[in-house]
Amino acid sequence: MPHPGLELRNLSFDFGPWSLRASLTAEPGHVTAVLGASGAGKSTLLALAAGFERPDAGQVRVHGETVTNLPPARRPVATLFQEHNLFAHLTAFQNVALGLDPGLRLTEDQRRCATAALSRVGLDGKESRLPRALSGGERQRVAIARTLVMRRPVLLLDEPFAALGPSLRRNMLDLVDGFRRDQGMTVVMVTHDPADARRIAESAAFMHDGRILSSGPTAELLDNPRIPELADYLGVPHTP
Amino acid sequence: MSRIITVLLLVLTTSLTTGTARTEPLTIYTYDSFVSDWGPGPEVQKRFEVRCGCETEWVAVGDAASLLTRLRLEGAAGNADVVLGLDTNLMTEAVESGVVSEHGLGQMDFDLPITWDDPVFVPFDYGYFAVIYDSEVLAEPPASLADLVSGGSGPDFIIQDPRTSTPGLGLMLWVRTVYGDDAAAAWEDLSSRLLTVTQGWSEAYGLFLEGEAPMVLSYTTSPAYHQMVEETDRYKAAMFPEGHYMQIEVAAIAASTDQPDLARDFLSFIGTPEFQNVIPTTNWMYPAVDPGDALPSVFRELPTPEISLLLEPDAVAVHRSDWIREWQEALSR
Amino acid sequence: MMVGHRTRLWPGLAALAASPGLAILAIATLLAASPGMGPAGPGSGFDSYIWRVLGFTLVQAGLSTILSLAFALPLTRALARRPVFPGRSLMVKLFGLPLVLPVIVAVFGITAVWGHNGAISNALEAMGLPGLSPLYGLSGILIAHTFFNMPLGVRLLLPVWDSIPGETWRLAGQLGMNSWQIFRLIEFPRLMAAVPGVAMLIFLLCFSSFTVVLVLGGGPRATTLEVAIWQALRLDFDIDRAVALALLQVSACLIAGILFYRLSRTPISAPTEERQVVRPDAASRFGLLADIVWLTAGFLWVMAPLVAITVSGLAGPVADVLGRANIWAAAGRSAAVGVSAGFLALIIGLMLATTARDLAVRSRRSRLADWLEIAGSQTLIVSPVVLGAGLFLLLFPRVPVFDWALPLAALVNGLVTLPYVLRLVGPVLRRTAEHHDRLCAGIGLSGISRFRIVEWPALRRPAATAMALASALATGDLTAIVLFGLDPDTTLALLLYSALGSYRMDQAAVIALLLVATCLSVFIVIEGLGRAASRIGTS
Repeated sequence: MPHPGLELRNLSFDFGPWSLRASLTAEPGHVTAVLGASGAGKSTLLALAAGFERPDAGQVRVHGETVTNLPPARRPVATLFQEHNLFAHLTAFQNVALGLDPGLRLTEDQRRCATAALSRVGLDGKESRLPRALSGGERQRVAIARTLVMRRPVLLLDEPFAALGPSLRRNMLDLVDGFRRDQGMTVVMVTHDPADARRIAESAAFMHDGRILSSGPTAELLDNPRIPELADYLGVPHTP
Repeated sequence: MSRIITVLLLVLTTSLTTGTARTEPLTIYTYDSFVSDWGPGPEVQKRFEVRCGCETEWVAVGDAASLLTRLRLEGAAGNADVVLGLDTNLMTEAVESGVVSEHGLGQMDFDLPITWDDPVFVPFDYGYFAVIYDSEVLAEPPASLADLVSGGSGPDFIIQDPRTSTPGLGLMLWVRTVYGDDAAAAWEDLSSRLLTVTQGWSEAYGLFLEGEAPMVLSYTTSPAYHQMVEETDRYKAAMFPEGHYMQIEVAAIAASTDQPDLARDFLSFIGTPEFQNVIPTTNWMYPAVDPGDALPSVFRELPTPEISLLLEPDAVAVHRSDWIREWQEALSR
Repeated sequence: MMVGHRTRLWPGLAALAASPGLAILAIATLLAASPGMGPAGPGSGFDSYIWRVLGFTLVQAGLSTILSLAFALPLTRALARRPVFPGRSLMVKLFGLPLVLPVIVAVFGITAVWGHNGAISNALEAMGLPGLSPLYGLSGILIAHTFFNMPLGVRLLLPVWDSIPGETWRLAGQLGMNSWQIFRLIEFPRLMAAVPGVAMLIFLLCFSSFTVVLVLGGGPRATTLEVAIWQALRLDFDIDRAVALALLQVSACLIAGILFYRLSRTPISAPTEERQVVRPDAASRFGLLADIVWLTAGFLWVMAPLVAITVSGLAGPVADVLGRANIWAAAGRSAAVGVSAGFLALIIGLMLATTARDLAVRSRRSRLADWLEIAGSQTLIVSPVVLGAGLFLLLFPRVPVFDWALPLAALVNGLVTLPYVLRLVGPVLRRTAEHHDRLCAGIGLSGISRFRIVEWPALRRPAATAMALASALATGDLTAIVLFGLDPDTTLALLLYSALGSYRMDQAAVIALLLVATCLSVFIVIEGLGRAASRIGTS
């Protein structure tokens, strides 16, 4: 049996009176959604996976390898945030190039690679634009292009499209899903909108107050909420 | 809250106005060191108050050259009855700016190196400016003014500001009389060894005694203090063949006085032995009237300059501000 | 315009008559007395001495700015890189102290540490090494200016780091940036936006520095325009020169002020991160060592003079100095000048802020409102010495200026501290209007009762703090009183100046500590009034 793409095993993390206790398994090459209200701990879960936070106990594994004690740069994980994904004073091209070399010293191959990545997200001809000259959707496309050139097998989405309109958001989700299929990436996305999960995620987990209360195939989880918290969250009657 | 503010305002208005209460005694403006505990002030005050049966208030306003500025700034509204401590260099300007008035005492007798018959000012002591050096630090003092000026980065020297201090003004005029129109260049040469320029004589001499510099501008009579009080020959005056600039310190009735008679009494008191005998061992200057045997022998043994220099008060009045600007400019280079 | 609320212009206009009205009057007086129109012929005051003074003023201000920033930048970076260590918040608070410490007291503290007979020099001599040379001229001025402005720089630059979003640090971590790349790609661009404004402000403050140069400048070689104005007025009584210097000072500050206005951008508001994000380069051992060195150096730099003030004050001839009646009279006058100045600043500030509020919130003329508040804060351009010199020439010789020394000092200080009041009460007034105008109009609450019920409860704390700050600053001020005061025992600051001037360091130590205590008492009492009023209001 192949290793899971991302495995969070018995993670434990305390922040004051608030605590997180969670385990999550994301199938390789699949999209897994983490749903829940704000404050449920979704972003903290991703921060633990990416290494921005260290768990008090438990393990983080990527493709079977334990990365719990590695710094973010040495984990095979890339993250897209809701905002501040780009450096405001660097061009679109430079922002992508950071994924290839954090000192921006590029070989000719790397330059071609960055240009190609921008082209793949549909930003031909906008290489030299600064982020303020791009629309909100275009800015996130630049960030996606950077995660493409980083070639990390796991992509974490921390609600990067939440601020976009419904149609644009669907386009972006499809774009990410396409790359997932092309490159065989494992994607874990945090969202508070069940429609996002239904659109691209095969499986989903529901988080509430630092705990994963329920998980399974997305449709099954959302169609028949087995626990009252999830039913409340979805605003549907509770099906026992 | 409004009551608090009312009380606050009341306190403020009273405390702001009581700061400058007027009193009736004879007010004498003078320089700092004159009224210091070891200066002539306390003894002179005691003797005069006994004599006149009145009270005196002594106001110290920094060094002597600030006296003139202070009188000019205060104008007729000032409190001064007597001003004590100007010198010949400032006499004409003081008269021209109308801050002093004639004493009307007639001819008085003095034992000065020059004859004295001024209708406004009464001299109370005199002396010669000199570079005083610490012989334990400096074995070979400058042999002449030229030696001092062109000594390059020799030992440090502390002087006073001619705008505030009569010794500072004296040195400026000393350099002027010796160097003439080359004075600016001389000051530029000298500036490299000036540790600092103080506002008054007291500060400069204090720094010198604390060992901040081995040379200070003072008087040929300053070593007398160290010989008599401290019984040491350590501090000496460097005698210069170019001559030494002379200072005659004077007093006058302030134009702003409202007690001219009492002020006149004080001026005539200056010429008496009661006043004059205090001067040598407190102000460490030659008294304006030779007290004979009352003058400590140390004063008779002090070296006196072979040439004494003094500019006419009128000449100083005409050029002083230009020369000060020239001095400022040379030293700011 | 919103219904039910008129925009009242008269309070603002009346306040403008005081500031900048008086400043404009002062400059007009200077212009009327300027050498170009005087009997001595055009430009007679502008000789090469003046240009040399200008040169020195520029050089010392430039060097002070460079040194302050060269110290502040790595120190701020170290502070930002170590968001959690014991004593960090204490240290940030400590860096606020030099801004409120009376300048003359700080100068004493610096002399006690760095002077010829100071702690460092004595320690060196005890080890058989040569001691420090006397603290005159440029070196003394630079040390003092760095003491004041390095902490100011830290306080102004720290928000630049705080404004970097957590995502940026996470991204930097994921991309594997090293410390140098972080500096080049994240910190440097932000600093480029903030540093010019901060540098200009420090330059302006050093350019107009008076007390430091008055005490530590040694003679004509180390004189700035501000001190030269004072010398021309009080030492030479050379009005031509004073006027020429003052006009030069105002012009230079105006240019610098315009540059400052153009260079300073509105600070980026810090995003609210619940948790401190750890920088990816915080773990490096060399970085940790460097940070410890910078933090220690910064701490000692600011702390040493403060300790020296306390220790030498307590070790000085306390009983002897405090036994003198004139000391307590001087302390009383210092406090009286301080409280009057604070009260004046509060009244003018409230009037100005009320009209600015009306314009911004009710007439939707926020640009005009901003200009109103900028006009009230003109004292960075028209320095207290220039203001004082102008008032001096306006009044002299018609009015016995020196008999009015204390009220004049209070007036000048009231105008100088006005910006602090505006900064503290302005936003509160605007906020209450934004929140409550509709409600008040709805229930017909207006006039005095509205002020009592709506504005005053929100205002009394910041108003008390503003007055307390202004009063404390004015209590320790030397600039105005040295211009108008004649007797050295007029105020404590003047007494301290004359003790320092005659090198009576042991007495200076006690007076310095007493002055600090007086300023502190003034601050605590006035701020306490605000609290007491608060309690009465809520009961």
